[in-house]
Amino acid sequence: MARVVVDVMLKPEILDPQGQAVQRALPRLGFEGISDVRQGKRFELEVDGPLDEAALARIHEMAETFLANTVIEDFVVKVEEAEAVKVES
Amino acid sequence: MTARIGVVTFPGTLDDRDTQRAVRLAGAEAVPLWHRDKDLKQVDAVVLPGGFSYGDYLRAGAISRFSPLMGTIIDQAKAGMPVLGICNGFQVLTESHLLPGAMLRNNHLHFICRDQKLRVESDRTAWTADYVAGQEISIPLKNIDGRYVADERTLDMLEAEGRVAFRYLDVNPNGSLRDIAGITNEAGNVVGLMPHPEHAVEPGIGTGRTDGLGFFTSILKKLVNV
Repeated sequence: MARVVVDVMLKPEILDPQGQAVQRALPRLGFEGISDVRQGKRFELEVDGPLDEAALARIHEMAETFLANTVIEDFVVKVEEAEAVKVES
Repeated sequence: MTARIGVVTFPGTLDDRDTQRAVRLAGAEAVPLWHRDKDLKQVDAVVLPGGFSYGDYLRAGAISRFSPLMGTIIDQAKAGMPVLGICNGFQVLTESHLLPGAMLRNNHLHFICRDQKLRVESDRTAWTADYVAGQEISIPLKNIDGRYVADERTLDMLEAEGRVAFRYLDVNPNGSLRDIAGITNEAGNVVGLMPHPEHAVEPGIGTGRTDGLGFFTSILKKLVNV
């Protein structure tokens, strides 16, 4: 089974008051030196079957029409490397 | 015979009953519509009421937009059927791309609930003909995702084409660009706004003002005169 990650972020020109609220809280919590925070969404998709070009194209379509609103958001689709399965003896 | 106006209920819709009541007070027949049906029951117009459809999961209005009923409404709206989206309904309309732009979290991050003064900028839509352009009205506003955004080109187009239907007066309550409270599509049959006209239709309730009733009398007159 393959994992595909879709990251969705507000476009740079869109005001992100939630990210700003997080950024303003940081100095109070002792975390200095962070000048900006942008908050986004991450979707982890477990894909049945082979992750071929057609499957990736469908995921791209899903991200573009549903997971992200491209009026205000950008998205990136990434295929995650399968984790090596460790067998303890 | 009077007009049949459909009022949609999604899971999480809150204001469907108030909207049905407003439709009846204006003299039309209110027809409840269920999100999972495809059939519009031969209504002449549709109102998408406020609330938190599908819990506003993902984004406000994003999941409702793909409901079976919305598929039919989107087709009919493109063919000219009047559609009014109030609050969450406005969010569904922008997510459906029946109206340009998008709704985001209020710039101050608080839920607001209060009477809001607006200026009716356009009396040329199906839902605002009973107002006069420039008229000031006061109706309730209650939301957390009320910040209207669109790119500069879209905003300029809306202004140039007279498609900003309502603007906030006195105070911009949520950071909406250019004080926009509501907009219309090019044909004037699809209108969306954040404040709630259906909560201001009866004397003696709330503030006692009936400034919102004109939405429902406007559409009734338009449909009956057709």
